[in-house]
Amino acid sequence: MSKPKMFEKPVGLKDYLPAAAKKLRQIERQTLDCMGRWGYEQIVTPSMEYYDTVGVASSTSDQKLFKLLNNRGTTLVLRSDMTSPIARVAASLLRDAPLPLRLSYHANVFRSIEEEAGREAEFFQTGVELIGDASADADAEVVALAIASLKAAGIERFKIAVGHVGFLNGLFEETLQGQAEAQEELKACLLGRDYVGYRERLAALGLSGGVSEELEGILRLRGGQEICDQAMQLSRNETAQASIRHLCEMWDVLKAYGVCDHVLIDLTMIGDFSYYTGMTFEGYAADLGFPVVSGGRYDNLLGQFGRPAPATGFALKTTRLLELVGLEPDGDDSAVLIGYDEAGRREALIEAGRLRDSGNTVVTERIDDGLTHSSLLAAAKPVVYKGKRYAEFLSYTGTLQEHTKGGDAT
Amino acid sequence: MSGRELLKVAMPKGRIYKQASKLFREAGLPIPEDFDDTRKLIIEAPEAGMSFIMAKPVDVPTYVEYGAADIGIVGKDVLMEENKDVYELLDLGIAKCRMSVIGLPDWKPVMHPRVATKYPNVASQFFREQGQQVEVIKLNGSIELAPMIGLADRIVDMVETGQTLRENGLVEMQTIFGITSRLIANRVSYRMKNGAIQSLCDRLQATIAARA
Repeated sequence: MSKPKMFEKPVGLKDYLPAAAKKLRQIERQTLDCMGRWGYEQIVTPSMEYYDTVGVASSTSDQKLFKLLNNRGTTLVLRSDMTSPIARVAASLLRDAPLPLRLSYHANVFRSIEEEAGREAEFFQTGVELIGDASADADAEVVALAIASLKAAGIERFKIAVGHVGFLNGLFEETLQGQAEAQEELKACLLGRDYVGYRERLAALGLSGGVSEELEGILRLRGGQEICDQAMQLSRNETAQASIRHLCEMWDVLKAYGVCDHVLIDLTMIGDFSYYTGMTFEGYAADLGFPVVSGGRYDNLLGQFGRPAPATGFALKTTRLLELVGLEPDGDDSAVLIGYDEAGRREALIEAGRLRDSGNTVVTERIDDGLTHSSLLAAAKPVVYKGKRYAEFLSYTGTLQEHTKGGDAT
Repeated sequence: MSGRELLKVAMPKGRIYKQASKLFREAGLPIPEDFDDTRKLIIEAPEAGMSFIMAKPVDVPTYVEYGAADIGIVGKDVLMEENKDVYELLDLGIAKCRMSVIGLPDWKPVMHPRVATKYPNVASQFFREQGQQVEVIKLNGSIELAPMIGLADRIVDMVETGQTLRENGLVEMQTIFGITSRLIANRVSYRMKNGAIQSLCDRLQATIAARA
């Protein structure tokens, strides 16, 4: 690559200008407050971790991790998600804290080799982890909280698709017993969303008509609670049935939360098999091509840090939520401008302090030119000064006798 | 979602388009005939509940991945080359051809093999799997020229009838994979507009089965 031009930054990284930064903070606050009201406490962890601990344990593939060396030659990673760092903390610093733990976070995470536009190398995630509760109620709680958080961020039209890795594992184990390779291939097709390849491989396996039809039928297992009943009929396998029972129970809990309108069951929706161990889910908002939330159960992760415990959680893709809610029209003009000259300075700055203490935004500037003062005082509101708009202008000069009083500036 | 929202379909201009629009009509989707000759880039067909985006074939997976289109029609060759994160829902069985390795009839292994192609990703992956290290040269057209003028010793390209190869004295050495057009869908649209997409899928599937 040629030497970068001065305005350039590495591909996939973004600046957030005031309007966007303000909105981002607002979404962060709204979602974290919502999580807080559900009893999730915020946690902050470092941006860098050891490759051999958090890096290896994370669900991010090796080639997508940003790796660097510290001064001793140890490999570090920039965190690629918050789940593994939180697992590390839960198993070490919080080792003696009683379970369940309810933790929330808002953090920037890093993924490399996402070279195309729209694929970010650094982005924000806001999420929760519920550690130490294996019940369907816990899984339903995080799904319901994901829904509440999306609503808190101002997203109205969205759907959450819920699946379960155990169903396919069980179904394949039953129908393709001993054919580990075929199972892997079929799962890889589903994970890669390649339904054509899935059907082709199924046909190539030369299974009996009934079984083949059954396995093709799962591509349509998508909808409400009735899907659970259909799936129940499909498999006698204990793992598969237990998964479906778990989903049915989750559905009942979600019904009690009153959020079923947003939820659909999709048994082809599978996360990474090596990471997720149970329920998985993804959230989609109208008008955005990429998922806005993803999560699921990962009961094997904490064991890797020496404190085996069931865990479930989700991460909102905060940066994508920002795209969805959009920015407010430019120009926050609720600020007050105070102009002063040397003689008026003391009084002006005292008044500015008083106004700030009562919650106003105040900009002060030394303006020695009396004409500017009088024209700003005469100007219609909002007052425009040096390209910015202000709700009010207050003048403090030694020569000008009267100045408009601060009063209720907002 | 409102029921009246049109399904955005990314259609590849050119070779595949005619066969795809014929298939859609056979499936009972009321697409006006005059579509085929228009130069417009976005065409609405409200009676079919769809709006069509006329795209360059290699761009179709990109439109769909980003959600600029809900679904799209694209050759397997492009899908293999572009490797986008989309649902591959249906083999439409149209625009059949194959991806092949092609060379001169008297080809012999060379010391520094060079392969010219429009599909660098497909070519690299194939030769790696074969345990061969080759230098891949990306060309944008008239790939057949490369072995004839000594730019490369072999090429990887799409073969439909083999007519061009024969006329230029080239032979197909190995088939890499078969190609047909596929129906693809955006990850979010597939969930948010599942009813519309699934019913389109079912109609097309029935039509394809009836053809076979």
